[in-house]
Amino acid sequence: MTALDAGATPLVEVRGLKMHFPITEGIVARRKIGEVKAVDGVDLTIRRGETLGLVGESGCGKTTMGRCILRLEKPTEGAILYDGIDIAGLDRRSLVALRRRIQVIFQDPYSSLNPRQKVGSILSEPMKVHGIEPDATKRAERVRELLTTCGLNPNFADRYPHEMSGGQRQRVGIARALAVDPEFIVCDEAVSALDVSIQAQIINLLEDLREKFNLTYLFIAHDLSVVRHLCQRVAVMYLGHVVELAECDEVFDNPLHPYTKALLAAVPVPDPTVEADRSFQPLPGEVPSPINPPAGCVFHPRCPIAVAECQLAPPELRELRPGHWVACTQVN
Amino acid sequence: MPPLLEVRNLRTEFRTGAGLVRAVDGISYTVDPGETVAVVGESGSGKSVGALSILRLIPNPPGRIVGGEVIFNGHDLMQLSEADMREVRGGEIGMVFQEPMTSLNPVLSIGRQITEMVEQHRGGDRATAQARAVELLGLVGIADPERRLKQYPHQLSGGMRQRVMIAIALACEPKLIIADEPTTALDVTIQAQILELMQSLTRRLGVALIVITHNLGIVARYAHRVNVMYAGRIVESGSAAAIYHSPHHPYTMALLKSVPRLDRPRQARLDPIEGSPPDLTRLGRGCSFRPRCRFAIEKCAEAAPPLEAVGEQGQLAACFRSHEVSLETERAA
Repeated sequence: MTALDAGATPLVEVRGLKMHFPITEGIVARRKIGEVKAVDGVDLTIRRGETLGLVGESGCGKTTMGRCILRLEKPTEGAILYDGIDIAGLDRRSLVALRRRIQVIFQDPYSSLNPRQKVGSILSEPMKVHGIEPDATKRAERVRELLTTCGLNPNFADRYPHEMSGGQRQRVGIARALAVDPEFIVCDEAVSALDVSIQAQIINLLEDLREKFNLTYLFIAHDLSVVRHLCQRVAVMYLGHVVELAECDEVFDNPLHPYTKALLAAVPVPDPTVEADRSFQPLPGEVPSPINPPAGCVFHPRCPIAVAECQLAPPELRELRPGHWVACTQVN
Repeated sequence: MPPLLEVRNLRTEFRTGAGLVRAVDGISYTVDPGETVAVVGESGSGKSVGALSILRLIPNPPGRIVGGEVIFNGHDLMQLSEADMREVRGGEIGMVFQEPMTSLNPVLSIGRQITEMVEQHRGGDRATAQARAVELLGLVGIADPERRLKQYPHQLSGGMRQRVMIAIALACEPKLIIADEPTTALDVTIQAQILELMQSLTRRLGVALIVITHNLGIVARYAHRVNVMYAGRIVESGSAAAIYHSPHHPYTMALLKSVPRLDRPRQARLDPIEGSPPDLTRLGRGCSFRPRCRFAIEKCAEAAPPLEAVGEQGQLAACFRSHEVSLETERAA
């Protein structure tokens, strides 16, 4: 893969993605009484070799987006082109081959590792499933190699997850994702559960691995400071929609969507002098329910610059500056 | 003016299967009336246990407060009878915990939980308490208080529940509120709402606040003074400006360096603190940060450094080489 065609073909292209979860009632005859519109029409591309940050508050649909791309969910509508092939409708069989190329790192290193499996067995299982290294001795060797790559002592292969700290467990979770030699990894809040001092270690590890193995990341997170450090581009989600998408520094230094502005202002900076000069008005109200989202622009009930027409039609994502997309009719 | 609260050499231990854990190992600090003091540290640093010890809320067994004094309003809370202590908790000292869903009673209405507090500490009849509850919900910014009082915790959102917790904490006009990670479970925009609310109410009502958090941004925005904890001890203490701009303890310095910043473009790799926090059952006699510290010298293995005055007036640090640490910060600036 050269730098030239890296720009030409996106690795992942999401088109008009919708994921609606039915809400049912009744035990014998289940009736659908509504649906949760977790993701409601999202277009997104992920370029080869980049880290795309997906940020937003709980319930905005960022995790559901990740699960759809991993095909842990079957989307209600829309297409997910992975390397040019639409994976949105693939059956279970064809998905097996896909999963060798796409892996995931979860948030909670406590619940995402099987407590009854030793680390060695956790790491060799994906290799067995995908028929990599059929020879047991070579597999054990690769396990030791993976552990070393992720900054762990190779002897940890004989340990159980409960014998390790949170940071060490997250390193095992990362090693497991790497076991099948993937090209794309979805990191779903991969550093959120960790203490500050450990978080920095894991962020550095993720960066090193990206370079070493030419990985592409979808980095789902609510911590905007971490996203600014790690990502090349950022998509901001609110209630199932992408409201802003741009190069990382552009989003942070020159946010255009009123929600992005409010979100950034709400994060306190670890510097009392900077904080003393920052005045801000917290965003009023709370995120509405995705079962019955507001008509028109979903952000209008909390928006400081909303006008009457915002209630009529959902705003399109428009490219206001080169590479800077915003879904708001009131900014230019 | 005497401090509102003075913690002197407080020590709390837990007996665990793995051995004795000195969760809080001799901490001392003061809180002035109306002041906001932050206690920062990572998991296991003893910041929550330290706060719960003030209120004597340590489950025994396995925990036990083994020493120290907590002087509040001229009385040592450690010497009070359990009945008097019940009057202090929620009466003179309010509490706000991290997880509002588990700290509110799921089978009692919001209104009952507030009136219970008022009746317990103030006496009076149900109607007076009810009126006070309506007033309190208005104070914490909950619209339509009469209707909300009849609702149960599961009918409220996380931010709304935390507002109710704050209303309960304020119910008896306390002089001090202890808030243990009050916004950790909340989303960023709701976190900002709750913190602004707590700041404006504590200012307006002249209530002192101890806020326990791991978020260095929250500390920078809201705290007057800061205590940094590591492995059960306060390693550095001082004004927020002093702690952030002129740290004298290697842990404080390293902690500030290891966080990515929202307001700055990405520079280089992060500078993490290598290694992991120590196993509290196996602390030696030296400084517990020593294995991760690049300033460590032989002396650090022999005895734990005492918390001593350094730099700006009122700043304290527990490090034999605090001078070298501060010089390095100056050079970098």
